[in-house]
Amino acid sequence: MKTLPRPLIMAGLLALIVALSVASMSAGRVWVPWSEWASQRGDPAWAILFELRLPRTVLALMVGAVLGLTGAALQGYTRNPLADPGMLGVSTMAALGAVLTFYLGAAASAPWVLPGAAMIGAGVGVLLLLALAGATSSVVTFILAGVVIQTMAGAGVALALNLAPNPWAVNEIVNWLMGSLADRSLVELKLAAPGMVLGCLLLMTQGRTLDALTLGEAGARSLGVRLDIGRLMLALGAALAVGSAVSVTGSIGFVGLIVPHLLRPLIGARPGGLLLPSALGGAALVLAADILVRLTPSAAEIKLGVAMAALGGPFFLALLIGMRRKLA
Amino acid sequence: MSILSADNLSVRLGDKAVLEAVGAVFAPGLVTAVVGPNGAGKSTLLDCLAALRKPDAGRVTLDERALGDLPPRERARRIAYLPQNAEIAWAVDGRTFVGLGRTPYVGAWGLTAQDCAAVDRALTVTGVQAFADRVVSTLSGGERARVLIARALAGDPQWLLADEPLAGLDPGHVLDACALFRRLADEEGRGVILTLHDLDAALRVADRVIVLAEGRVLADAAPAEALSPAVLKAAYGVEARTLDGLCGPVLEMVGRAR
Repeated sequence: MKTLPRPLIMAGLLALIVALSVASMSAGRVWVPWSEWASQRGDPAWAILFELRLPRTVLALMVGAVLGLTGAALQGYTRNPLADPGMLGVSTMAALGAVLTFYLGAAASAPWVLPGAAMIGAGVGVLLLLALAGATSSVVTFILAGVVIQTMAGAGVALALNLAPNPWAVNEIVNWLMGSLADRSLVELKLAAPGMVLGCLLLMTQGRTLDALTLGEAGARSLGVRLDIGRLMLALGAALAVGSAVSVTGSIGFVGLIVPHLLRPLIGARPGGLLLPSALGGAALVLAADILVRLTPSAAEIKLGVAMAALGGPFFLALLIGMRRKLA
Repeated sequence: MSILSADNLSVRLGDKAVLEAVGAVFAPGLVTAVVGPNGAGKSTLLDCLAALRKPDAGRVTLDERALGDLPPRERARRIAYLPQNAEIAWAVDGRTFVGLGRTPYVGAWGLTAQDCAAVDRALTVTGVQAFADRVVSTLSGGERARVLIARALAGDPQWLLADEPLAGLDPGHVLDACALFRRLADEEGRGVILTLHDLDAALRVADRVIVLAEGRVLADAAPAEALSPAVLKAAYGVEARTLDGLCGPVLEMVGRAR
């Protein structure tokens, strides 16, 4: 297993992000080439660039970074490569909050109602998680608490669909659940950004704890690592970041699961060292997928969450088959 | 001189007393083996000494300071602990793995040159430089055991506590590990405390043997004295006798005590 030098990978990921950002500003139903970027306010090109594509690009990068980073942190914490940001139940709780606004018909009343309700959902999810798992001392009970919350919130979403007052509400709920970055404006970006940034910062402080957990819980504690503080930071960080992200984009799966897997062979499996690269990798992946979705020539834009699963699934399978050959 | 001391430790799990009024004082430069039948409380005693478990009564002190009052990082710099069936969660290479032993020293910016030098020293002392670039989980049991010890030594601890470090090793690797523990005590002056099932290894490696049974100290003395036929009968329910081997006493298990 030969890994590449870390600065090289970071530089490569950053270059990829820059290239994708330029592409993202240019690409869509209307092609806006580089030469028109200096257009005046009031031009149609200006509106497309700065009111539609810039928020969408920034949001894609931030949401991707959140999902990749949270995935890497949770895989490190659980020492389980199957962990993903959805497993703590916080994103499903956020979805439940959002779905309730559709159910009650309140979503259209103001642009902040939907993301606001989703954030409240995520917040309740975190409080439940900490109340259920705060008193316990092991990773397993923490994860079980997350799975229970996820299941209950999922049942709540299903119930809202089941009892929906009219077909339009069902349609809106299903559409939102599929996850998308289309038509997100600065309002949504401003609502979600603080939580995403703060959550990511909290997660980034836990690299040393995650590294030490490579030795198991007893091993980590014997190295002077405070697992109780680590658990609190991870729960708060993941919930803030993922809750905020989900509240404006709906659920986008798979990113948090596959990004750490893609990077592990390149930079090594040390979980703390995987955090920042996974954030960059997630940002690049979500932005690339969003550009692809925009360029797809179909009547209705394909939802980002759907595209991610449809493209990511086979890709991940191929990766797994390759890894199996190498291991066998 | 550093002194690690357990005073009157009692630990209960439910209604079962796992340790009852266990006391022992440990001095550096010596290898102490803690032996006893399954469920005697060996691992629990080691957990208490490593501050992984808070005893229900009594206390552990390091140089007359209660272990619980020491900041975790400072404690971790002085006492290294090697868990039983040590878990290695990710496919990391030997150098990275041994580097985890520097956790009580590293700050936000990762390993310093000083940390790397300590890692190199630990790799050299345990003779595992050859595995520095190999994935630890692909090493054989004997190789892995030495990398685990290197990880514990990377923090340059005064005390090395190892829970069943010889379990599952072939005779050759048992001898290697015993020689390494002796060297750590004799040449580097560290205090080494091991829990062992292999009584012959205890006779060979230890300066002192503590026999636990049902949470109590049955014997605490030089190996040949602590592992006397009477003590073994009481602790394990076996009839044993001591033979004179070429390099010290050897135990023969005659059969179950009637």
